[in-house]
Amino acid sequence: MIGLQHYLVVSAILFVMGVLGIFINRKNVIIILMAIELILLAVNINLVAFSAFLGDLVGQVFSMFVLTVAAGEAAIGLAILVIYFRGRGTIAVDDANRMKG
Amino acid sequence: MIDSASLLMVAPELVLTVGALVLLMVAAYAGDRMAKVVSWMSIATLVAAGLTLLGLPGHGGDAFEGLYRADAFAAYAKVLIYAAAAASIVVAPRFFAPTAANASGALRAEYPILILLACIGMGMMVSAGDMMTLYVGLELNSLAAYVLASFMRQDTRSAEAGLKYFVLGALASGILLYGISLLYGFSGSTSFDGIAVAMGDKLSNGLLFGMVFVLAGLAFKISAVPFHMWTPDVYEGAPTPVTTFFASAPKVAAMGLTVRVAIEALGPGGMAWQQIVIFVALASILFGGVAAIGQTNIKRLLAYSSINNVGFALIGLAAGTPAGVAATMSYMTIYVVMTIGSFFCIIQMRDRDGNPIETIASLAGLSQSRKGLAAALAIFMFSLAGIPPLFGFWAKFLVFDAAVGAGLLGLAAFGIAASVIGAFYYLKIIKTMYFDEPAAEYATGTPIIENTVIALCAAVIVFGYLLNPVLDSASAAAAAALF
Repeated sequence: MIGLQHYLVVSAILFVMGVLGIFINRKNVIIILMAIELILLAVNINLVAFSAFLGDLVGQVFSMFVLTVAAGEAAIGLAILVIYFRGRGTIAVDDANRMKG
Repeated sequence: MIDSASLLMVAPELVLTVGALVLLMVAAYAGDRMAKVVSWMSIATLVAAGLTLLGLPGHGGDAFEGLYRADAFAAYAKVLIYAAAAASIVVAPRFFAPTAANASGALRAEYPILILLACIGMGMMVSAGDMMTLYVGLELNSLAAYVLASFMRQDTRSAEAGLKYFVLGALASGILLYGISLLYGFSGSTSFDGIAVAMGDKLSNGLLFGMVFVLAGLAFKISAVPFHMWTPDVYEGAPTPVTTFFASAPKVAAMGLTVRVAIEALGPGGMAWQQIVIFVALASILFGGVAAIGQTNIKRLLAYSSINNVGFALIGLAAGTPAGVAATMSYMTIYVVMTIGSFFCIIQMRDRDGNPIETIASLAGLSQSRKGLAAALAIFMFSLAGIPPLFGFWAKFLVFDAAVGAGLLGLAAFGIAASVIGAFYYLKIIKTMYFDEPAAEYATGTPIIENTVIALCAAVIVFGYLLNPVLDSASAAAAAALF
């Protein structure tokens, strides 16, 4: 029988993978965008699992909001990435070093 | 149920939304020729939104079944937010004006509109009564802010600032959301009141984890240590008017949100979040002070200064008393005035061709070439350092007084000792302006309106004590709305 804790464990693993994807990844920014989506999806799994477990619809409504905002966030992230690439000709994470200190 | 009373209570957001959309249409059809008109219309919209606070939105209570709160606390924060936003719109046209190096430069009409859109989000943040409102408000603000940070598209530093802000901001939102999902799961509610009830019953591990995640996400938004790493880069890379905006309005909104969440939702878990806030406050004060010492870029220096100031403001929250919350709000008010004044001075730093310069070394000898500007900047720096009799001293006094009142003697003592570190680099700027060999002079000519704002901020900082009765009663009323 799959219980609440199974969902929570999966979601926690996804969340950690997302955070590590942002910090360990040194290659390119697109992977960071994917890692951000992973974090938001981990949250959605949490919300829907809790919602089903508690028999309360609010969690599912919340996950709809998260999905919508995630779409807007991805659009803006890609737009910023495009102007960054136009100026620099690269999207490698290590090259984002114009400012230091 | 959507009733008319609820709609009346969200009047400031409605005014801003309608205003921003109408102006967006004007900008889309008329193009950047109308940028100045759109700027002034945006300021008019902000004023109109501020005026609605006199009615029901200022003291209406809960709207939309507790999702949104129209109380004195929200109204206080909104007045500050709208004023700071208006100031960052006022300063923009001359900054973006064409220069020798950048002949194609011009104020784009999107700038004031993006600020209006961010203001809608910030208004929702400080009025949130539910985690859902909190999240949507926070994202409305953040999404506009990411675009603002990368506003100067041809400038690679601006694009890089936008990218860094976006990646780390999205990570912070993710951490915050994960915390919210845990709080929801273990308390069975997303409303602040519901979470407070569950916290009062028993502080389970799930709730504790959720609280830590939520506070981590919020610490990021107020740029408190250990989640401050984006601040210097974003402040340096973003165009200066945008930095002015980032250092003032969103900071007030995020601080208001943090205070509301800590007191209203996490309140019953008192001791647990107090430890976190105390740690964050001390770390911010110390790190903000030490890291600023070696900086050569004035925008970067002010970024560390803002980290430092957030630490002091958090001392008031750490006290957790009505007096402490009132002190935090007073601190933010005075901080906003000082910050806007300093950034308006920095925007005057331009070489003969009109290109902005940002090095501290270029300030050398400013007292000879631009007496008024040097005096104003000196006042702001002295005030940020907390030197009496300037108003910045009063802000620090209030938070320390609240901390002592709540029995946090060690915290207050440490804060006072650490404020000396901060004084070092503020005084270094004054020394550069008044005692160093003059560097190349700046371009002259400041529009009357910018001079007026600088003079007004300086006057508030010098004669601020006359405003104390108003400030104290407003802050006390705002704090009382939370308890």
